[in-house]
Amino acid sequence: MSASVEAGLYVLLLASFVGFEVIRRVPPLFHTPLMSLTNAIAGISLVGSLVIAGSDRGALSTALGTIAVTASTINVVGGFLITDRMLKMFRPRQPATARGPAATDPATTGTATRSASAGSADAGRPRSEDPR
Amino acid sequence: MNDYVVPLCYLAASGLFIVGLKGITQPRTARRGLQAAEAGMLLAIVGTLIQKQVVTYTWLILALVIGSAIGTAMSLYIPMTAMPQRVALSHAFGALAAGLVGTAEYYNREPHLSTFTAGALVLEVLLGFLTFTGSLMAFGKLQEILPGRPQVYRGQNAVNLALLGVAVAAGVLLVLDPSRTLLFPVLAVLAAVFGVLLVIPIGGADMPTVISLLNSYAGLSGAAMGFVLDNKALIVAGALDGSSGLLLSIIMCRAMNRSFTNVLFGAFGQVTAGGPPAASEERPVRSATPEEAAMLMETARKVIIVPGYGLAVAQAQHKIRELATVLARNGAEVTFAIHPVAGRMPGHMNVLLAEADVPYDQIKDMDEINGEFTQADIALVVGANDVTNPAARTDPASPIYGMPILNVDSARTVMVVKRGMNPGFAGVENELYFQDKTLMLFGDAKAVADGLVRELEASVRA
Repeated sequence: MSASVEAGLYVLLLASFVGFEVIRRVPPLFHTPLMSLTNAIAGISLVGSLVIAGSDRGALSTALGTIAVTASTINVVGGFLITDRMLKMFRPRQPATARGPAATDPATTGTATRSASAGSADAGRPRSEDPR
Repeated sequence: MNDYVVPLCYLAASGLFIVGLKGITQPRTARRGLQAAEAGMLLAIVGTLIQKQVVTYTWLILALVIGSAIGTAMSLYIPMTAMPQRVALSHAFGALAAGLVGTAEYYNREPHLSTFTAGALVLEVLLGFLTFTGSLMAFGKLQEILPGRPQVYRGQNAVNLALLGVAVAAGVLLVLDPSRTLLFPVLAVLAAVFGVLLVIPIGGADMPTVISLLNSYAGLSGAAMGFVLDNKALIVAGALDGSSGLLLSIIMCRAMNRSFTNVLFGAFGQVTAGGPPAASEERPVRSATPEEAAMLMETARKVIIVPGYGLAVAQAQHKIRELATVLARNGAEVTFAIHPVAGRMPGHMNVLLAEADVPYDQIKDMDEINGEFTQADIALVVGANDVTNPAARTDPASPIYGMPILNVDSARTVMVVKRGMNPGFAGVENELYFQDKTLMLFGDAKAVADGLVRELEASVRA
């Protein structure tokens, strides 16, 4: 067994254990972002695809490599962007910053009331705003 | 100098990936973790592009631009309810890349492959193409291009196993003598066919497990690619992805009290196909209008809402959040209870509720909340079925017996929002619906929630 393969196996072993231990602590709340994040990370297969596509080893390599680069780039770019989009949506009941303890609640309540009673409000508004 | 810079880039990338995953273990640090992982990826890509091996950039730039455009468009415009499809599709892309890189490497290096490298390459190609087609099938089912019901036929498992056996045999022969070039296409095609056949018999309710498992395969094929290309960063990323997928599938299986083989070799499918459930005679249920339900809710002090896949189908998350807000304003304590396999992928419901602005500390997992149902005045089940079926606790003959469920039947009143009396994906009647304390609110989840909000608003104001 070559030294490089041996080192690779050690890396695989240790990374698997680290991965298991770290990911075990991810709460169910974040299971979907976790999946899209690990997906983006696994998009590092881009690195291998780049070498295949860019090292000028014949038409087949270049063609397969180019498709592979496209596919992995979709995963890397898309994966990170959508994980960010998801993580931005998660927020606690009371924001830790000094926006006042009940900052979110009245806000959401306000919109809820407005949209729910939109029917009656809309019917009433044009008449009151209309000078006639 | 490159001899140092490139490996160090990869090393830093590997470290940053782990930091990134560690970040996502807590809401506070999640986005910082994401940024760390992004930085790692950037380093790895830059490190690769400055390598001496990379000589032509035309195709690279084209592919990078096209890929970025598609990736950006997909992530910006996809609705949150379609997350399971998107994840399935991205597994397909990742696995395709691995399979193609493996193919190119094989034809580049074919007579000189060492036994170990050939083994890694065969594994990479096998898992890559299998995951590619399997994920595409999962995508098709989730997007409802393909029928979501399990497609089963006699002798299916035997056919599948035989096919896998032939593929593995071709792989072994290739490892023993990599110059048998004719076998390589056989291996690739059989792996792709096996991927299709593997996912076809799996029903919608098992999608969380299947997606997790495909995630794990995609990761493993990435790690195998790392061995083929002798790139340690790839091995690390593949191992992280693989262990994450494996861990999630274990969690999903445990939440359904089923084993891997049971999910993969279609026990549910056969139950569904094996004739309708015995108890199909008409039994009385109590149904209620939104008006009557709203009257009960008005006096409730503690309400637990249990969302399921039906919520996603009806896109009812915003209306349900509105309902929760109105109830809270009326003085009730509102909590959301989420079963690990609710929806079509791990954490599906959490994302939908987050999208609808439900604060995450109002959302509880099964283990956290199950003790609280006894104090709840109302348990409102929205589009969830099997995960609330008391038969899982009491009826050893039920196919879902032993599956951990949300104890909604401990609440004083149970309200079930459901389109009709159709049984769930497991094809099992839900005993819950026939209990005296259960009120059925028939209709589309969004319409029912809308009705409840309206009635509550009216009576609160009056």
